[in-house]
Amino acid sequence: MSHIGFQPVRGQIFLAASLMLTLASGCASTPPASLSPAAKPSSAAKTAEKPAAGASTAVRPGMDPAADRDPFPSTYHPLPARPTALVGATVLTATGQQIEHGVVVMVDGHITAVGGPGTPVPPGTVSIDASGKWVTPGVIDVHSHLGVYPSPAVSSRQDGNEMTDPNTAGVWAENSVWPQDPGFDRARAGGVTTLQILPGSGNLFGGRSVTIRNVPALTIQGMKFPGAPYGLKMACGENPKREYGNKGRLPSTAMGNVYGYRKAWIDAAEYARKWDDYRAKIARGEQADPPKRDLTLDTLAGVLSGEILVHNHCYRADEMATMIDISHEFGYRVTMFHHAVEAYKIAPLLAKEHVCVALWAERGGMKMEALDGIGENAAMVQAAGGCVVIHSDDGQLIQRLNQEAGIALGAGWRAGIRISRAEAIAWITANPARTLGISDRTGSLEPGKLADVVLWSGDPFSVYTIAEKVFIDGALVYDRHDPHYQPRSDFELGQPGEGAFHP
Amino acid sequence: MRAMTMIRRVCGLLGLVAATAATHAETVAIVHARLETMTEAGPIASGTLVMKDGNIVAVGESVRIPEGARVIDAQHDVVTPGLIAPSTNVMVDEVNLLPETRDDWSGNRISAGFDVEYGINPASTLVRIGRQSGVTTAVITPLAGRMTVGADDDQEVAAIEGGGEGGGNTDPPLFAGQAAIVRLSDNDAEPVEKARVAVALDLGEAGASHAGGSRGAAIVFVKSALADARRFAANRTAYDRGETRPYGLSRVDLEALVPVVQSKTPLLVRVHRASDIRETLRLAREEKVGVILEGAEEGWMVAADIARAKVPVLIDPQDDLPDAFESLAARLDNAARLNQAGVTIGIKAKRDFNSLRPIRLNAGTAVAYGLPYEAALAAITSNPARLWGIADRVGALKPGMRGDVVIWSGDPLETTSYPKAVFIRGVQQPDRSRRLELRDRYMKAADGYPPAYH
Repeated sequence: MSHIGFQPVRGQIFLAASLMLTLASGCASTPPASLSPAAKPSSAAKTAEKPAAGASTAVRPGMDPAADRDPFPSTYHPLPARPTALVGATVLTATGQQIEHGVVVMVDGHITAVGGPGTPVPPGTVSIDASGKWVTPGVIDVHSHLGVYPSPAVSSRQDGNEMTDPNTAGVWAENSVWPQDPGFDRARAGGVTTLQILPGSGNLFGGRSVTIRNVPALTIQGMKFPGAPYGLKMACGENPKREYGNKGRLPSTAMGNVYGYRKAWIDAAEYARKWDDYRAKIARGEQADPPKRDLTLDTLAGVLSGEILVHNHCYRADEMATMIDISHEFGYRVTMFHHAVEAYKIAPLLAKEHVCVALWAERGGMKMEALDGIGENAAMVQAAGGCVVIHSDDGQLIQRLNQEAGIALGAGWRAGIRISRAEAIAWITANPARTLGISDRTGSLEPGKLADVVLWSGDPFSVYTIAEKVFIDGALVYDRHDPHYQPRSDFELGQPGEGAFHP
Repeated sequence: MRAMTMIRRVCGLLGLVAATAATHAETVAIVHARLETMTEAGPIASGTLVMKDGNIVAVGESVRIPEGARVIDAQHDVVTPGLIAPSTNVMVDEVNLLPETRDDWSGNRISAGFDVEYGINPASTLVRIGRQSGVTTAVITPLAGRMTVGADDDQEVAAIEGGGEGGGNTDPPLFAGQAAIVRLSDNDAEPVEKARVAVALDLGEAGASHAGGSRGAAIVFVKSALADARRFAANRTAYDRGETRPYGLSRVDLEALVPVVQSKTPLLVRVHRASDIRETLRLAREEKVGVILEGAEEGWMVAADIARAKVPVLIDPQDDLPDAFESLAARLDNAARLNQAGVTIGIKAKRDFNSLRPIRLNAGTAVAYGLPYEAALAAITSNPARLWGIADRVGALKPGMRGDVVIWSGDPLETTSYPKAVFIRGVQQPDRSRRLELRDRYMKAADGYPPAYH
């Protein structure tokens, strides 16, 4: 029997990305340090400045993980910006405030003032009348596959899931991103200013993520968020055991999955020890050969040292609890569970462990491990003091994360859980920033933060609301009413749609 | 007559179960309601709707409330007809990625003859979930081929293997089979409103793939199958005696196509690219068959042609990605532009009720990009009723229509709204679902016992 067709069915394709949401208030109540693995510098980091000190022969940077922490450095530069003030809008700051008739001032790429109607606007500032409209921080999606699974979804561009080994921690999503993916332009029109691109969830360890600014660029380096930490995509559950079980390899069971994680952490700890031993010898002036660099173990060792954040696709409550135990066993932190449809069942545990969750509003039930998804998940985790993020994992949903948060908010209200808009906006702004390790720079409207700002036509949680203007680093990157600020990818030039996707 | 029989049957059934909501078609008057009638009368800002014996008997600003009626004060909230999901797999799907719970795929051994009606499971947990988005009627549409779980993440993929296993037929199983319409009422052992309402068919890239690789093969196979169905219908006796030339499809597949070639049943054609839509319209014209288009992301480019052909279209207003070479011109205002051109549109969502957004929110999205509000409501009520041939009983609030009615907590197209009460055939449906039971279990305060005791 030969296959005469093996064809994805339109509308049936779900990139089962693992997204988890972290609750806003929970995050806000958590000391930032506890969410910032980078607070624990590694021994490798401490010696990074003098990689070849005392050695008889210098090690090429590419051979030494400590000397080669940024092999594809960001070349992102903010687009040209003018000092701008948005005046008269309802402002959600994502720090818990809702300001009526507010003023937000952006100068030199940063927010310089946020306040009520009396807030002074410096001379020379372009003032935009925003009365009747709403202003929020730029939307941040922690779970996107734009660029690695781009449009058009043709077989030669399926670069998101290196499913040739259950542990591909050594692959980096940025090396798969096609910067011309037209999906970036749609997401920007939905107010998305920063996003994390993750590898897929077919492997126990899928590879490194990359956090990017949503600006058109010729290279991924031109999009990379300067200084943002790396993430590691891990996956619980059905996907890895299905993929490798079908290939007759380990893992084919849930216990095989857990064996795979633990074995990898043991290997990573051993690898880190070899490098530490080597550096200690060099520091003592002894002769030593450097260990052979291993890209897979580099990433895992980076998690153990706290430099790389764990983004763990994990649907079920019991599997999340097991993953938390493994993190204790080997001394790393799970920054976030993605797609945590059962987070509401273990909300106190997640709050106690300061693990955020990335969630959809209502989606669930499409596979066994997602069977118990409920619409009140986000609100219930928030009510328990947890940290919620609303994520997309989808090229359409990323355009409406504001509404997805509205759906989750509404479900909470219906269940009697009182959450304000001012709190819920953090689900798509401040909390994702925290879980990406960039909350010192973006995610909220506060003086000193990067001017990543969206001007909405109305209440951002409404189905009718659209983003009118989007600013990244104070620069206008999208304007609903000005075609000049509606960038189009090279791919769409000369095609039937010409890259125009809204009226 | 038939309706009364059905009502008696339902009453009998429900008599056996405990339910908090009314379990029979009582007389109900909903007062102080903003009535979205979906009739020429337009919305009524504050009015009364009366249901009796399972049907709507009165709608208006000043309506006499029958004696003994249960009066529900809508407190100026919106009341709409029950929503109609125009292309779903409810009742033939429980868990998307579990093939054993899927009965919406035709498989490889049958083509047009596949009939979703026989796989319908009214006890599916998704019935209540669908209803909680205001849907009271759904059209179950089949898919061609055999479902397998794809290599990437949670993809579902169709595997179509060659025909010839079904008993001598030689054409590939191009047709996906026959659609059915169901009511989403609780405890309804016979939820089928109407079976065999269309024969589904993929054209474009998927159709080309099913046919061996190219669009030219797909359309030729379709035309050949329709020609065979015509000859078969005219020569059944000769066919049974083995006196006809061999046909490409099996007898059951040809039988299913007979009402299509007789213009009694439409083809539901899934198609996306402008040129493929034009070819579909040409096929319909040349073969004199009725057509409903599904997908039609580039429909706006040929809106005038679609309108002229009086062909209705089912669309997902979220589709704006150039995610295939056959949908490079997908736009968020496709619904608005088709409506403006005079095309009857039905708004759909993903096939299953586990999906990201229900039809009511997709209708809201269409409004955000230019579709007039009343047209968006019509696209999830009266339009699908009309294009699926059930407008004589559902899709509008007027006397004589079935008592399929939803009272909303606010604007039905808005994110934070939900149905406060859902009536099907005049019976208020229980506001329960597996999801709500999970919610309530885990919202209970801990008492030292595991949630399983709650």
